[in-house]
Amino acid sequence: MTPTPEDSAPAVRASGVGKTFAVTRGEVVALTGVELEVRAGEFVSLIGPSGCGKSTLLRLIADLDESSIGTLEVFGKTPRQARLDQDYGIAFQQAGLLPWRDVAANIALPLELHGVDAAGRKARVAELAELVGLTDFVDRYPDQLSGGMQQRVAIARALAERPRLLLMDEPFGALDEMTREYLQGELARIAAETGAAVVFVTHSIPEAVFLSDRVVVMSPRPGRITDVIATGFDGPRGDALRESPEYFAKVTEVREALHGAPVERANER
Amino acid sequence: MSALPGWVRLAAPVGVGVLIVALWMLWVDVLRTAPRMLPSPIAIGTELGLRWELILGDVLVTGTNAVIGLLAGALLAIVFAGLAAAARPIDGMLAPLVAALAVVPIVALTPILNGMFGASNQFGRQAVAAIAAFVPVFINVLRGLRQTRPVHRDLLRASAATGIQTFRVLTLPTALPYLMTGLRIASSLAVISALVAEYFGGPADGIGTAIATYAKSGRAALSWSFVAGAIALGLLFFLVTSLLERLVTRRAPV
Repeated sequence: MTPTPEDSAPAVRASGVGKTFAVTRGEVVALTGVELEVRAGEFVSLIGPSGCGKSTLLRLIADLDESSIGTLEVFGKTPRQARLDQDYGIAFQQAGLLPWRDVAANIALPLELHGVDAAGRKARVAELAELVGLTDFVDRYPDQLSGGMQQRVAIARALAERPRLLLMDEPFGALDEMTREYLQGELARIAAETGAAVVFVTHSIPEAVFLSDRVVVMSPRPGRITDVIATGFDGPRGDALRESPEYFAKVTEVREALHGAPVERANER
Repeated sequence: MSALPGWVRLAAPVGVGVLIVALWMLWVDVLRTAPRMLPSPIAIGTELGLRWELILGDVLVTGTNAVIGLLAGALLAIVFAGLAAAARPIDGMLAPLVAALAVVPIVALTPILNGMFGASNQFGRQAVAAIAAFVPVFINVLRGLRQTRPVHRDLLRASAATGIQTFRVLTLPTALPYLMTGLRIASSLAVISALVAEYFGGPADGIGTAIATYAKSGRAALSWSFVAGAIALGLLFFLVTSLLERLVTRRAPV
């Protein structure tokens, strides 16, 4: 992929990236030979079975772990520098809210850590609560919220510093199907509104296809990228897309890429 | 339990109390077969009414020793738990010491402490209460300091939080309920230790000393009224620390 002229540096650029973990006997190759470029504003999903290294790759980009080999750049900087500059926001499968802080204080946590004053925090929290539709819940505590609402708080918190890159590690993995579809729509809208690039880890094929500009298919032992599929959907994501033939075609394409060969049904043999 | 109506939950323990007092009076005042050192509850109540100033004075002495011991022990425990949580080698050095402290019959140290620091001051008793309070606070705080969840640690690292910020917004609030649990357990231990330590010498004041003195001279009702004072003191410590614990643990982890 070549960056478009207006992008000075891609959101993520990985070249020959690998990660090995030391275990009691020898080492395990979690990730090897990753070549990936995520353009600014692009929505990219990482999909694959357990152990394919998709979460590992996300953690490398976030500088929560360090790559063993290769070069990895986030907006042209080292992941460490990008983390210190708060170029990305992150959300995990668990919302990870602090139970002793109310919703407003949870959303404001990154701002508080970076020395934003009380008035500035209050204004930004109001904007973010509006964005994720939780304006009436800012004084609630996490244990008073449903799983979906907690996850929306986590997304608002990830967006607090207006990052140009959003890293998401199966953020909807623990939610029921209806909440999940609703939040997918919300996330698509938020990503479009903020113009942030998104790297989205998931094990759901429909989710990856619905949200993404490109779906990166990964495979385990050792974890690596086996395929990259551009969805080619334009415009806003909505229920119409979920029911369109193009969408089903892409779901099938990703599924076949995941299985390594065209999926044959028994009655078609 | 929660299905019971409110008045039953209040009436049940009161009923048990009334029943015990009635059986007690039946044994002592009606059957007159009770041992001589077990007086009627009415006699104890009368002594309590007559000598409440005397009892209160001794309750304050023992209570002050327990408070000083509890605070000093808890403070030391927090500092040492912080050191142990920060560095593995320190944890390794402290673990056997704390294990030894936990099994030593602490009040039995009182004669030694009185010998070291003089039998005319309260220091020996306060030190005993402090040692007794140290162990549960240390163990609980150390555990609490290690309860931060990986997702929270990742979040703070991703937010470029400094070590001090992480301690302030994550490690400390996570450990606080554990500190309160430790304090609640330690508060009862501190009162019991301060009181029992009085049986092993030191100044001639405090509830323990009074119970021993009056029991020896055969004034059963007065000794029992001091026991009532001891119960009240223990309950006060327990209630205050339980309340603190409840305030702090209002928000259960998600």
